[in-house]
Order: sequence, then C-alpha cells, then structure tokens
Amino acid sequence: MMQTTATVMQPAADQPFTLNFGPQHPSAHGVLRLVLEMDGEVVTKADPHIGLLHRGTEKLIEHKTYVQALPYFDRLDYVSMMCQEHVWCLAVEKLLEIEIPKRAQYIRVLFSEVTRIANHLLWVGCHALDVGAMAVFLYAFKEREFTFDFYEEVSGARMHANYFRPGGVNRDLPEGLTAKIREWNRNFRTSVLPMLEGLLDGNRIWKQRTVGIGVVTPEQAQDWGFTGAMLRGSGVPWDLRKSQPYECYGELQFDVPVGKNGDSYDRYLCRMEEMRQSTLLIEQCLDKLEGEFAGQACKIQNFKISPPKRNEMKADMEALIHHFKYFTEGFHVPEGECYAAIEAPKGEMGVYLVSVGGNKPWRVKIRAPGYAHLQGLDFMAKGHLLADVTTIIGTQDVVFGEIDR
Amino acid sequence: MEIWYGVGNKMKNLLRHLKQFLLLDMLQGFGITLANLFRKKYTLMYPYETTPISPRFRGEHALRRYPNGEERCIACKLCEAVCPAQAITIEAEPRSDGSRRTTRYDIDMVKCIYCGLCEEACPVDAIVEGPNMEFAAEDRKTLVYTKAKLLANGERLEPTLAERLKKDGGYR
Repeated sequence: MMQTTATVMQPAADQPFTLNFGPQHPSAHGVLRLVLEMDGEVVTKADPHIGLLHRGTEKLIEHKTYVQALPYFDRLDYVSMMCQEHVWCLAVEKLLEIEIPKRAQYIRVLFSEVTRIANHLLWVGCHALDVGAMAVFLYAFKEREFTFDFYEEVSGARMHANYFRPGGVNRDLPEGLTAKIREWNRNFRTSVLPMLEGLLDGNRIWKQRTVGIGVVTPEQAQDWGFTGAMLRGSGVPWDLRKSQPYECYGELQFDVPVGKNGDSYDRYLCRMEEMRQSTLLIEQCLDKLEGEFAGQACKIQNFKISPPKRNEMKADMEALIHHFKYFTEGFHVPEGECYAAIEAPKGEMGVYLVSVGGNKPWRVKIRAPGYAHLQGLDFMAKGHLLADVTTIIGTQDVVFGEIDR
Repeated sequence: MEIWYGVGNKMKNLLRHLKQFLLLDMLQGFGITLANLFRKKYTLMYPYETTPISPRFRGEHALRRYPNGEERCIACKLCEAVCPAQAITIEAEPRSDGSRRTTRYDIDMVKCIYCGLCEEACPVDAIVEGPNMEFAAEDRKTLVYTKAKLLANGERLEPTLAERLKKDGGYR
C-alpha cells in the first residue's frame, strides 16, 4: 500500500503569477503570445513571444525575381499594403539607378496616403474597441471600405494590390477615379474625422484608459529604435517624408504632428492629425494628377525594366520579346547593395537589398517598424494593470505580418 | 496681475468641473451615435446585393476561347513562369493538326495568391481573372482547377470577360 501524504499547495509568495496572453486573444492583434508576470493585477514583466506567423518572406524572395517578390510585400503589413510595395520598388529603383516618371510618383504618393488613412482607420477602430468603444470601430471600418474600393478600381484587388512596380505603377488610374477620391477625401476630412474625434477626444473613459498609459520618453523612444507615431508621440519631430524626402514628398506641403507627453493619448492625437495631413496630401496629389501630369506615362519607358503596352506587344516583335523576357527572366539588377526606407503608417519601413547581379536578389532584409516597437512592450507595460496591456498593444499598432515576416 | 491669473485659473477649473459634472463629453458622443442612427444605411444584403465590381477585379480564373471556338492558350508557359506561388502546372503537346496546345492546365486555387501576374503575362488574353469570387469549396480537391473547369468558366463568363477586357484595354 502506498503511503499518501497530504501536501497543501501553498501560494508561493516570492513567485510572480505567470499569465499567458494570446495567441488567440482577440486584443493580441493577431498572433502575439505574451507571457506576463503579474503581481496581483500589476504587470511586472511582459515577454512577447513572436514567430507564430513566420513565413520566411526574406528567404523566399531570394528565389523570386524582382517582380515576383512584390506580392510578398503586400502580405507583410497586411493593413498598409501599398506602402510596403513602395519600399520594395524604391529599393530596386535605387539599385537600378532609375528615375520614374512624375505621374507615377504622384500616383504612388496618392495611394501611399490613402493607405495611411486605411491603416490609421483600422488602428483607431481596433484600439478603441480594445479599450471599450464599439461605435468608433463601426464608423472607421465603414470608411476603410471606401479606401478598398479605390484599391479595387486601380489594381483589381481590395487588399493585396500588387500595384506599384519597379519603374512606376502597373496601370494608370481609371477614368473618374480622381473625382471619386476627391469627393471621399473631402467628406472624410470635413465630416468623418471630426466625428471620430468627437467620439474619442474628450471622452472621459477614453482619457482614463489612455492618458499616462505606456509613457515613452524621447530618450527611450530613440534608444529602442522607435519610429513613426511612437517616436513623434514622445515629441521627437522625425518623419522620413520630411527628413529625407523620397518620391515627390519634397514638393508637397504638409505638417508633421508631434506629441508632448509620450503616452497613448498623445499618440492617438498624432495619428488622427496624420490622417488630416494625409487628406491634404491627397488633395495636392489629385490636383497635380488632374492638371500638370495628366496624360503622362505612369511607368518608365525602358522595356528592359517595365513591360511594353499590350497592344504594342501584340503588334511588334521587339515588344513581344521584351514582354517574354520581362515575365520569364525578369530584369537584371546591377551588383551592389542599398537601403531604402519609407515612412510607412507604422513607422520606418526599410528594405536592405543586396544584389550580386542577376535577376534575383541575393539577400533581402526587411526592417519592420512593429518589430522595434514590440521590443518596448516590456518597459511600457511594467507597472501598469493587465487591462492596460491591451491599450499598449493597441497604441503600438503592431501587425504580425511584418513582425514575424 | 497674479491675482487675476488666479481667478482665471479658478474659473477654468470651475468650468472644467461643470463640464465633467454635466457629462458634456459623453453627451457629445451619444449625440454622434444618435445622429448616425438616422443616417442612410450602408449595409448591403450580401448574397442579394453586391458592390459594383471594377473591370480590373481579380477573382476566379478562366481560360478563354476565340469567337470561332478555338482555345486561345498556346502553351507558352509565361503564366507558369511568372506565377510567384507556382500554382500553375502546364503540359503541352502538338495536336493532331500540328498546332501547339496544352494537354494539362492546372491551377491550384489554394496556392494562388490572386496577384494577377498570369493575366498580365498572357500574350493571347487566354488566362484571365474574372469577376467571380464565390467559389468556396468544402475540400481542397475541388479547388485544384483543371483545364476543363477553367475552359468551362471561360465559356460561362465570356460576355463579361470580353467586356471587362474592352473597358480596361486602354490602360493595359
């Protein structure tokens, strides 16, 4: 007979309570698994476990031509698709040392800003939903649907557009699209944004949940490599569109909103103002596209890098050969390495591209802003309550497509 | 001066407390949601209503034929070569009349990422991504589309496909 000893489980007073948060938790924004060490309801340590959405994008791209690699970028940060394509195109163009036509630049900037609004709308909707406001989510998502309509009209897909190409954009804007964007843009600035702000700006619950939560000092933000609204919310005026203007941003007028206290509420205000600035940028781009650059080519007229028009391809042998070469072998990029970065809605999105000649990249490193932000989760969440962790994840605007890659 | 500053501050505080007490921030929010209640509805009754679909929309694939009934595809395998997901498999042989045609044209719709590169690459407008997006299936096997299935799609949708290509033709 076995001897039974009754042992009473004693709560270990010196050990923290470990809590698994995610990967299935709806407010974990995808597949974030957080191991939280709790002292009562206070977080003492937050340990993010990532990699559940790892697809090996960087490695896969090594086996794809430069054109085939493009759709992979849509799927990195899958709420700001065209911005990711943009950074890839910029990197390839940098190595190719080509300048794309002005019209293509303006179309790209136009859609980058539409994408920024789409991203921030998802962010504000989900962030508010995590914190407890349902209505914002509904109104933001309705508006986001319109940006997808523009995506569909221009590229044929509502999300994974595959629209920007090295050397320009795939097809020109269809007739009537500029008018539609203009109308939506005006409505968005004059009635939708004030509505969203009216729901949140002064709301006491929203303020109680965000003011003073996840404070990042400017020093911390810089030390941890924060970019985008995470950095600007702490009062550092750093925006790649201003500091190293790529494409035609240098010719456009816009302001960079900067926060003061570095808490979640300031970052919220920054992002809302960014949306307003984006609507102004869209307005300027539309003016230029309808006026100065109407009817110009929207891709580079070098058929080694971008395919000829279809009717040319069908009528001309030379064009047909270019067409075949483009879609089988792709184009060759000279040996070299470069780093291209853009101000993606979430922060600095960069691509470090190494080419040894040939039609495929030798190595691609993607610098995702969310990856750097997630590192800061530990110090941002320390000392806050469990419920504030959702606020902090929300304010970081993490998307796992780009973090896990 | 300092006295007045103090009074101003007190007034500000009083106003702030008054606003807090009267729940003005909450009432503003309630007002917005209430106004939205009477706005025009945006909801679509999906299976019965859909949004207009752009002529560039990239949905289910189809293989087209010429008006005389001849298959367009000449098995040049450009689509197979450009497909980033390697979802297309083509085998080809000369037909009895000597023309080159596919004997096998499979698209694995589960692998496909609907990037539209096959349509762009096709020199004879044979493979296209049509307007249909309602092709969900219960098992993977039915989502591996064979040549017969793709040609059937093409025959079913040809009027729409031709119209779409015509509308978007100038931009391609």
